[in-house]
Amino acid sequence: MAKLRFHIRYPEEKIPDPILYEIGQEFNVITSIRRADVRETTGWLDVEFTGEVDEIDNAISGLRDKGCIVDPIELNIVE
Amino acid sequence: MAKMKSLVCRECGKEYPTKDIHVCELCFGPLEVKYDYDEIKTTISREKIEAGPKSLWRYIDLLPVEGQPTVGKYAGFTPLVRAHNLGAYLGIDELYIKNDCVNHPTLSFKDRVVAIALTRARELGFETVACASTGNLANSVAAHASSAGMKCYVFIPGDLEAAKVLGNLIYRPNVIEIEGTYDDVNRLCSEIAGERRWAFVNINVRPYYAEGSKTLAFETAEQLGWRAPDQVVVPMASGSLLTKIWKGLKEFEKLGLLDQVNTKVNGAQAEGCSPIATAYKNGRDFFKPVKPDTIAKSLAIGNPADGYYALKTVSESQGAMDSVTDDEVVEGIKLLAQTEGIFAETAGGVTIGVLRKLAKQGIIKKHDVTVAYITGNGLKTQEAVIDSVGRPIRIQPSLSHFTKKFELEEPA
Repeated sequence: MAKLRFHIRYPEEKIPDPILYEIGQEFNVITSIRRADVRETTGWLDVEFTGEVDEIDNAISGLRDKGCIVDPIELNIVE
Repeated sequence: MAKMKSLVCRECGKEYPTKDIHVCELCFGPLEVKYDYDEIKTTISREKIEAGPKSLWRYIDLLPVEGQPTVGKYAGFTPLVRAHNLGAYLGIDELYIKNDCVNHPTLSFKDRVVAIALTRARELGFETVACASTGNLANSVAAHASSAGMKCYVFIPGDLEAAKVLGNLIYRPNVIEIEGTYDDVNRLCSEIAGERRWAFVNINVRPYYAEGSKTLAFETAEQLGWRAPDQVVVPMASGSLLTKIWKGLKEFEKLGLLDQVNTKVNGAQAEGCSPIATAYKNGRDFFKPVKPDTIAKSLAIGNPADGYYALKTVSESQGAMDSVTDDEVVEGIKLLAQTEGIFAETAGGVTIGVLRKLAKQGIIKKHDVTVAYITGNGLKTQEAVIDSVGRPIRIQPSLSHFTKKFELEEPA
C-alpha cells in the first residue's frame, strides 16, 4: 500500500460538489484531508491517498476528469 | 554553536529535527528553519561579517549548516551597482542593481541556494543530489555536484531547447528527459524524492535550499553601508525569493545589524504567468494556478509553492506587485543593457519592466533608495532578444566608406 500526498484545487463551479466523496466511492483509495480552504469562489484540499499506486493514479485521473487541478503536495517543483 | 533549533511548520508551528524533511507530517504545511537568535546574537557583528570571505559564506552564522562550507565556496557577494543612468531615466535618485548575472559558477542566483543545499546535503550524509528544472537550477546543481564529486540526476521535460540541455550535459550529470507534460515531470519527481535516498534540492532539502536566498538581502544591506533600502523589486517564480529577502532584512534588524527595516517589498511577474501578481491586483489572499505562456521561462511557475507567503510578505511590508507583457520584458532587458551595461536574462527584463511601472505610477518615489534584483545572465536567453536588437552596420573595407557611413568629418 502506498501513501501519496496531493494538493487538489477545485474549479469555482465545482465547489458545491462532493467530489472527494465520489472519488472514494469510485476508486479503492482511502482519503485523509489534512488541510483545506473552501470558500465561495475557491477551494483547495491537502489530502493523503492510501492504496495501490495504480488505483491512486486512477483516482487522480478521476479528479482531473472532474475538472480538478491536482499537484504534488510541494506544488510546482520544476524550477 | 547550535544555531539551528529545528524545522518548524509554517502553518501549525509543529517542530521537527533538522533532517531531510520538508513537509509537516501533521498538516502537510511547508517546513522552514528555526534559528536560535539569542545564541547567534552573542557571536555575530558587522565587523565579523566584514572580515569574512568575499562570498555568501560571510553570513554563515545565519545559514542552515552546522560546519564549514564544503560546496559552492565562491557563490554570492555579487556587485551592487549604483545605477545612475537608469535612475535618471526612471526618475529615481538612488537606484541600485543587485547583479546576480555574475554569480559563480553558473551566472544566476541559483548558485546561492544550491551552495547551501549541497553543503547541507553533505552534512546529512547524501552522496547523490537531484533536481527538476528547465534551466538555471539544473545548471547550478550539475556544476556544483561536479565540483563536489557528488552523483547528480537532473530531470527535464522532453521538449526542452537544445541549448539548455547542453548547459547541463557539459557537467556530465545524469540528465533524464521525461516524456510527458510538465505536470507529469512534477509528479514523477515528487514520487522519486519519496522513494530514493537522494538530496532533491527543491524537495526534501528545500528548507535549507530556500534559506540561501536570504544572502541577497544580507549583501544588499551591507553593501548599502548597513542600511535597509526603502524599496526592493524582486522577480517571482515560486515566490520564495521575495519572502526570503524580507526574512533576511528582518533577521538583520532582529540581531541589531540594521537599525530599522521599513523596506517595501515589491513583486514582479510576467503577464503570461502571473498568478501571484493577479491575486494581488484582485485583492485576494489566494492565487489561482495558471498555465504559463511567457518568454520569461525561469519565472514560469503556474502553481507557485510560496505564492501565498509572497502575498503575505508584500502585504506585511506594504509593498506592491505588478506584471509586464513579453514586449515589456524585452524592453526591460534592452533598457538595462543600454543604460547600465548589464545584460540580464528574461527574469531581469520582468524586474526592470515592473520597476519602470512602479516608478511611473509613483509607488516608487524619487527619493526612495531602491534596489532591483537581477537574477540571471542574458547570455542564457539570447533567443528572447535576437529579433529586436538590430543588425551590425556593414561597410566596405575602406576608410572613406567608414567615414561616409557615419557622416564623420575627414581628420585634419
